[in-house]
Amino acid sequence: MATTYELSDLRALEAESVHVMREVAATFERPVLLFSGGKDSVVMLHLAAKAFWPAPPPFPVMHVDTGHNFDEVIQFRDHTVETTGVRLIVSSVQDDIDAGRVVDETGPRASRNRLQTTALLRAINENRFDAVFGGARRDEEKARAKERVFSFRDEFGQWDPRNQRPELWNLYNGRHRRGEHIRVFPLSNWTELDIWHYIRDEGIQLPPIYYAHRRKVFQRDGMLLAHTRFVTLLPDEEPFDATVRFRTVGDATCTGCVESTARTPEEVVAEVAATRVTERGATRADDRISEAGMEDRKKEGYF
Amino acid sequence: MPNLLRLATAGSVDDGKSTLIGRLLFDSKTIFADQLAAIERASRDRGEDYPNLALLTDGLRAEREQGITIDVAYRYFATPRRKFIIADTPGHIQYTRNMVTGASTADLALILLDARNAIADQSRRHAFLATLLGIPHLVVCVNKMDLVGWSRDRFEEIREEFRRFSMKLAVPDLTFVPVSALHGDNIVHRSASMPWYEGTSLLHHLEEVHISSDRNLIDARFPVQYVIRHKDFRGYAGTVAGGVFKPGDEVLVLPSGFTTTVSAIWGPGGRPVTEAFPPQAVTLRLADDLDVGRGDLICRPNNRPHVGQDVDAMVCWLTERGNLSPDAKYTVVNTTRTTKAVVTSLDYRMDITTLHRDETAESLALNEIGRVKLRTQQPLLFDAYRRNRACGSFILVDETTNNTVAAGMITGPSQSVVWHSTAVGRAERGSTGCTVWLTGLSASGKSTIAVELERRLVAAGRPAYLLDGDNLRHGLNADLGFSAADRAENVRRVGEVARLFADAGLVAVVSLISPYQADRDRVRAAHEQAGLGFFEVFVDTPIETCEARDPKGMYARARAGEITGFTGVDDPYEPPVAPELVLRPEQGDPARMAALVIAALDRMPLPRMD
Repeated sequence: MATTYELSDLRALEAESVHVMREVAATFERPVLLFSGGKDSVVMLHLAAKAFWPAPPPFPVMHVDTGHNFDEVIQFRDHTVETTGVRLIVSSVQDDIDAGRVVDETGPRASRNRLQTTALLRAINENRFDAVFGGARRDEEKARAKERVFSFRDEFGQWDPRNQRPELWNLYNGRHRRGEHIRVFPLSNWTELDIWHYIRDEGIQLPPIYYAHRRKVFQRDGMLLAHTRFVTLLPDEEPFDATVRFRTVGDATCTGCVESTARTPEEVVAEVAATRVTERGATRADDRISEAGMEDRKKEGYF
Repeated sequence: MPNLLRLATAGSVDDGKSTLIGRLLFDSKTIFADQLAAIERASRDRGEDYPNLALLTDGLRAEREQGITIDVAYRYFATPRRKFIIADTPGHIQYTRNMVTGASTADLALILLDARNAIADQSRRHAFLATLLGIPHLVVCVNKMDLVGWSRDRFEEIREEFRRFSMKLAVPDLTFVPVSALHGDNIVHRSASMPWYEGTSLLHHLEEVHISSDRNLIDARFPVQYVIRHKDFRGYAGTVAGGVFKPGDEVLVLPSGFTTTVSAIWGPGGRPVTEAFPPQAVTLRLADDLDVGRGDLICRPNNRPHVGQDVDAMVCWLTERGNLSPDAKYTVVNTTRTTKAVVTSLDYRMDITTLHRDETAESLALNEIGRVKLRTQQPLLFDAYRRNRACGSFILVDETTNNTVAAGMITGPSQSVVWHSTAVGRAERGSTGCTVWLTGLSASGKSTIAVELERRLVAAGRPAYLLDGDNLRHGLNADLGFSAADRAENVRRVGEVARLFADAGLVAVVSLISPYQADRDRVRAAHEQAGLGFFEVFVDTPIETCEARDPKGMYARARAGEITGFTGVDDPYEPPVAPELVLRPEQGDPARMAALVIAALDRMPLPRMD
């Protein structure tokens, strides 16, 4: 058989991600993988399972739980933990609120999005994690477009975009002192469409809310939000039934959905390929705070 | 099957680079409606009456406020043929480290020239950095063609100027496209304003450029990254850095030197792999139970990397906190191997604008590039960077701050290589060697042809090695001048090295003026005596042409009497009497000439050793 020794774009991305994960396993003492049940974290866990085959991934997974979850996602999370045998750590925002470390926002627009940072950093400290895998992709947002694959965090968990370590070839520098840690982004070079192609090709299971389904929704700030027990409607907001799917999964109070009839990975691929709006622009109220919204939150230690 | 192309761009606000990238994203429909709306809003706020596509690429707040690009930004777009990753970097000299970072993984570099101006120093630097970092393809966009009336003459003038300059660099593949990034001409579609341009649009070129032969598929290299143990299973995980591995291959583990056999190869998730090649991430199982760990390297017994503690390397200094200076100690990371290193000497600092080498330099500051000698605590397992980027690259890490302070490209071992293989006969080597000897005047194009020839031979699976006369004068022949006696000795030494390389099974590609017939005949006789092929190629470029090119300004200096004994001016060049091949400018560009050499080589009967 004549062979050209070429890799497809997806296999090249997979190889790069696997290389990054193995590098972490080889050079850190206590890595952890952030797992929300969102599609990027699901793909990341899938890659981890492949990277260390036939052994299980040599690290636990952690969910930073705002308490405002879609029920389907929590079910999916627990099912995944049960079937893969990975160890799950849950760091709960509610614990921080109860302990008085943070104050819950109030009012109809209240969100626990920012409070996640405290829960995340607390769990990293308590568990002495030195490497934290995140599913962020550079195509998501312009501040992320500049972040390293191995991204240094100081002892306060903060990111300094002006002072990042140069990252050349595939030589990653994860050196750090006690109390500092490295955020690792193995999906840095994947786009939303790559993720969906991969989900389709690999037959990866996702929470059902990623596919078209009927649910009660309402309009806010030009987005469709799910009408769940966690939201309080404003006077002029009227819930209605619609066929929707979620492009991202986060806190149920600020993750919007899109009207869609895509019920299979194949149909989602077609939809994403044709869409003209970025996934965060369409569905994440949290990113609309300001032009530099993500950069500011990342500096504080956000995902 | 779509594949992946990584491209590096460098440039500043005024040369229209961000506009060009914005245009590629915009015209290939990669910009999303909400991004475009945000740009239109921001452009209006800034009082601009058209959507400023540059705003797309300037991601960080400081960049938007200051109107500069301070870091490497990664951008993605895809067409049905290819997925593209753009490493976009600022172009000013104070961002050299960012350009080096962006270039380190790139298959192709995009350089912008302003059609209105002479080639800027900045563009020369970008071209130099692209070749230093081993980027195989260079695309020069001559931008702002709308402001020179879409002039063909202007395009050709600027192209020639760049070509003359790039002769000094080893650019394997050079393409020119006249564009207007602002208006989109020749970016995605062919421009109607430049009917004289016969090439393809920039995007079409990016989709078509052939990159799979850029990888080294000859030298099998597998740096062990991680050992996977599970119950009875023990596998060696890593990313193939060169060559091809198959189950059943006999392999050698370095540095221990044990040989064994690959019993199985799996891709991620346990997918069986029949051939593993770069950049696949795989897991190998070995037939014997050896002590193999991270930092070891698996290769073939008859094709090993260098093993040594002393290396020569080009380094770029990446930090403003402290300089590189001799005797300083660092952590060095090369493939999966980490050890300590001391810089034993700084040979020179390179002025990356003039390419001048300052041998009196005593340190390297931020963004400076120079050649150093490094001594490592544990031996490194390496190849020269130009032969294999993955095995020839390293970073230096400061042991106090943990910062990455230097990027390094190994040029070779510092001390003479130890020859292990006296027990191996020529017939047992994988290939038959010979010497291709390119002779001709200074600036006749020998080196450019030789570079292309070497690249093509290696790409075709024939081990080859370039011996360039100019380069050898920095080391092997550093003690020689240009008198007739010194020239004879120069030719003799290069001839001896070529003969050894040919004997070792390589095609030695020699690029050397070698003006005297008698000297060349002696080298030929030495080869014939050893039963090795000697293939003399006369690069017959008329002296007028050479003198017009004059990339190093040598002819001008010789004519002015500043240097004496210059071949063709005041020292004779004796054309070969019976060369195997003659190349004249009318036969085509260097790539075409290299192809002619290979075709002629293939027709040559191989010498026999009985």
